[in-house]
Amino acid sequence: MDMRANARGVLLSGNQAVAYGVLLARPDVIPVYPITPQTPILEQIIELHSEGRMKAELLTPESEHSAMSACIPASLTGARVFTATSSQGLLLMHELLHYASGARASIVMCNVNRTPASPWGFWPDQLDSLAQRDTGWIQVYSESPQESLDGVIQLFRVAETANIPAMICHDAFYVSHAVEPVEIPSQLTVDEFLPPFKPDIRLDTSLGRSFGAPADQRNWNNTRRDLDAAMATVPDLVSEAGRLWGDLTGRHYAPLEEYRMDGADVVIVTMGSMCGTVREAVDAMREAGVKAGMLKVRLFRPLPMAALRQALEGVPCAIVLDRNYSPGTGGILHQELKSVLFNMRNAPRLHGLMAGVGGVNVSPAKIGELVAQYQDKEPQVGAIWVD
Amino acid sequence: MELISYQDEGQFVSGHVACGGCAEALAMRVILNTVGSDAIGVVSPSCSAVICGGYPMSAVKIPMFHTTLESAAASASGVKRALVAQNKPDTTVLCFAGDGGTYDIGLQALSSAAERNEDILYICFDNEGYMNTGGQKSSSTPLDAITGSTPSGKTTRKKNLIEILAAHRIPYIATASPSHINDMRAKIEKAKAIRGTKVIIVLIPCLPGWGVADNAAVRTARKAVEAGVFPLLEIEDGVNYRLNVSEKGDSIESYLKEQKRYRHLDAEHIARLQAESDFQWRRLQQRVADSPERRS
Repeated sequence: MDMRANARGVLLSGNQAVAYGVLLARPDVIPVYPITPQTPILEQIIELHSEGRMKAELLTPESEHSAMSACIPASLTGARVFTATSSQGLLLMHELLHYASGARASIVMCNVNRTPASPWGFWPDQLDSLAQRDTGWIQVYSESPQESLDGVIQLFRVAETANIPAMICHDAFYVSHAVEPVEIPSQLTVDEFLPPFKPDIRLDTSLGRSFGAPADQRNWNNTRRDLDAAMATVPDLVSEAGRLWGDLTGRHYAPLEEYRMDGADVVIVTMGSMCGTVREAVDAMREAGVKAGMLKVRLFRPLPMAALRQALEGVPCAIVLDRNYSPGTGGILHQELKSVLFNMRNAPRLHGLMAGVGGVNVSPAKIGELVAQYQDKEPQVGAIWVD
Repeated sequence: MELISYQDEGQFVSGHVACGGCAEALAMRVILNTVGSDAIGVVSPSCSAVICGGYPMSAVKIPMFHTTLESAAASASGVKRALVAQNKPDTTVLCFAGDGGTYDIGLQALSSAAERNEDILYICFDNEGYMNTGGQKSSSTPLDAITGSTPSGKTTRKKNLIEILAAHRIPYIATASPSHINDMRAKIEKAKAIRGTKVIIVLIPCLPGWGVADNAAVRTARKAVEAGVFPLLEIEDGVNYRLNVSEKGDSIESYLKEQKRYRHLDAEHIARLQAESDFQWRRLQQRVADSPERRS
């Protein structure tokens, strides 16, 4: 049977697409607090709920902190839980992000990447979620509304298998508000892909288990070893989910995506909406005889280290485009790539360029210029401002 | 002298790590046994979290979720909604928090849960300070009381959380004391049968924090009630007030004398505290008189 037969194509923004992904995942509890530019996710969910199409318990507390405080034990009680936030909201949740992964709560969250204040800004920049990279959440960066819809559903499968919370991140406005044709899969497709959530260990009066009680040093240490072992399974789970989803919908996903990397002399490494711009730049460069390619990092946490090394081995030059700035070190993806490639034979010359920080526009032509400028240079240790 | 009528169902077991003589363990025993086994607990960092037990031990029979200090009411809401989604709406969701986690850092989440009228039973063990961290003042610490962070006595009043909660018009608010077990049990039973947000504030004299003798916690709590310093009351729908002990003694001095935290007070200060206590009592009596459904 062709599972795609009942799918339908509609025009959706990235945020609406997320809400439709959530609808199809059949969540039980959704605690959520509004923030620009995430709010359309909340609005679309409320609309689907008030139409009777979504049955979840909606909880609208006074802050993102309380939203996440509700998400964690709701998930541990065996409910499928979704929430969404952005920027300040994600930063306010920080304490609970650690708590969620420590408690192994299988929450799925969408973060709309937006500049953190101060000064106030509402622009695409990935520092908000990248700054959460040590909190123990799976992080996937999406490039388009379709990828965000597909990603939400895939992440429920991954999070609930590994018992690790997962966030799908998409850039403010470039993805969150940009409207594109999106294929909404049928409920049948999603039900086949995503089994109901039934954790063996949960808050249940018939089981009597408790969560989070003070632990001694050895037991605390063991919780992180367990988390580490579970994290190690995630790249394969993400690959498997992307493959299965592809079999059902025709849209395949993997932790990394290689775009025109065959015989490339220079590869641009980046995440999120920047990938769309880079695709165009790569096409133009190839047309002009420059052997350029792109490596899109879709799964950022856990970092698919082996796959990254494999993808970049023997490539003469790699240029990281970071739409974020970590004061004191520079671009975060650049740092990560340096650590991954350290001590590797045939590692590329690696340039770290901070492009588009604070939402500054980076055009395909600009990317072509940057490649021409840096491709044959000796790389610097630190990152460089280029926009 | 009243006969304590109370059935212990084994919901709270020996081996817990409360200080010897602590009245909070007594209150937890009564509350947990009255709530029964069809319940899930949420506890924020506090003496009650410690008493519940460190991994892998537990002094309580119901499943407990240990949450962050400011999150008890929000986390309890999450548990309740998950139970409702699983068609288990009758399971009680019980919250344990201290006064720091209620009057101070947890007030925002509690106010929000109350505004949403979440179906939770929230117990605040009020020992009038951050006693689990060694005894610092909270906004529940009363005027003139000495704590680690108010070495000369607190210069401002105890926050009137009861009035703040009443303003939310939640279905049930009560105070309880380990000196009045039957009253406490009856209040838990009543609260358990009500759907919506229920908050019960339990006075817990802290032996080291207040400087109370090891065998004097219950006596000190009784004196607080009888002197009118900690009136036993119930408020339904935020407007119907009832005083469960409707008479009070003339003097708070005997209550103060049980505690080292008030030992520095001279007659003038004691008179000021007495006047403050009398004022609050009269105001409460007025609330009772003004209640649409007068009950006492």
